Amino acid sequence: MNLGATLATARRVLTQLRHDRRTLALMIFVPIVLEGLLAWIYEGTPVFDRVGAALLGIFPFIVMFLVTSVATLRERTSGTLERLLTMPIAKLDLILGYALAFGLVAVVQSLVVAGCALWLFGLDVAGPAWLLIVVALLDALLGTALGLLLSAFAATEFQAVQFLPAVILPQFLLCGLLVPRDQLPGVLSAISDVLPLSHAVDAMSAVARSSEVTGEIESDLAVVAGFVLAAIALGAATLRRRTP
Amino acid sequence: MMKNGGAAIRVEGLRVVRGSRLVLDDVSLTVRRGSVTGLLGPSGSGKTTLMRAIVGVQIIAGGTVEVLGLPAGSSALRERVGYVTQAPSVYADLTVRENLTYFAAVLRAPRSDAARVIQDVALDDHADQLVGRLSGGQLARVSLAAALLGKPELLVLDEPTVGLDPVLRRDLWTMFHRLASEGVTLLVSSHVMDEARRCERLLLVREGRIMADDTPQNLLARTGSDDIETAFLRLIEEQGVPA
Repeated sequence: MNLGATLATARRVLTQLRHDRRTLALMIFVPIVLEGLLAWIYEGTPVFDRVGAALLGIFPFIVMFLVTSVATLRERTSGTLERLLTMPIAKLDLILGYALAFGLVAVVQSLVVAGCALWLFGLDVAGPAWLLIVVALLDALLGTALGLLLSAFAATEFQAVQFLPAVILPQFLLCGLLVPRDQLPGVLSAISDVLPLSHAVDAMSAVARSSEVTGEIESDLAVVAGFVLAAIALGAATLRRRTP
Repeated sequence: MMKNGGAAIRVEGLRVVRGSRLVLDDVSLTVRRGSVTGLLGPSGSGKTTLMRAIVGVQIIAGGTVEVLGLPAGSSALRERVGYVTQAPSVYADLTVRENLTYFAAVLRAPRSDAARVIQDVALDDHADQLVGRLSGGQLARVSLAAALLGKPELLVLDEPTVGLDPVLRRDLWTMFHRLASEGVTLLVSSHVMDEARRCERLLLVREGRIMADDTPQNLLARTGSDDIETAFLRLIEEQGVPA
């Protein structure tokens, strides 16, 4: 472990994003527009309070998944990953650098999007705002960790982007947003229990419902954190210093 | 540690298989510390694979590769060996300076090192340009500069002078020799035969085997040729390797 290399990697990733202003703008403003659109669609109904809160957890997850999988894939195909792995940097330093950079972006994104949702679009949330940000941050880290892992299975950017419908959409369909998870057919309900996004959305919905930090929120967050750690460990295992 | 003399690279019976193809077949060689060794051969002959094995990123099927007295790829070598791949491996969406500052941090080299290597490869005028907007030759120099960061004792350079204008090529070779006189060992691959004369020793590779390991002068004398290209051809004929 080498803190210097981790911080340098985080700074490098953020600098790359800074040079790509359009991506940065899309990452922040698209969720705001979508959240606003949703508030408008469900104007005068209680649906927005339920769905709007859940989406605050889903946006950072999807956005960070996409950005990380493409960024890591580029790192693999451009030869920079091979170069880094001949240098004194631990695989974990590299991954933590990415997690740190995208985690920071996720905090900014969540602050802006949650702020707009709460004060502009009238989202009604019982729990404290800081907890919304914590859950959103953890969801973003989940997206980053899964993106990092899955980029190992993509050879091109086309393939990497296809992992969104392949890996993220099924989780989205089963996460309880469309049909509450306990009302799903038995098999699907069981499957949804072992998908990380279900717990991410459960946590966000729980924050929206209750004004205190409940055991339910804590256990959901623990499950999401477990998925993050597992994906990071598996992702590190896909980075090979020696290749055929 | 010995600065001069002794072996920087010692390869013994190296075999590399990729897919079902034998890419390197029983390769043995020794490279002296503080020397500039040229690795010559047509594309596809196994030069890059040999370099990858020396840097320790290639899975090998047999034999041993020892670098600076340690098994190739040892973690202790990661600060001591600089490697430049044939395709420039730098971040296109960062400036020259940002790229080198990052690699310097990873190598735990002083921050001022970035400015030093930018000067070494004559990119001062482009230091704050995005790498993606540079020409091919400039891109290759950024990649080379990254390998010069810190204090590498061995530089493994895969075709570092491709696409460069003659003046710049001459300047880089002058720098390679300056580094060698300071005790750095350089292994430089090329398919430009006229660069061979600038090396102290030449390794000719063809179809996964070392065809010759000699000084340029000896090679020319032995084959009665005036240039390395002809010497290479005569060696092929002599050894009866089917073309």
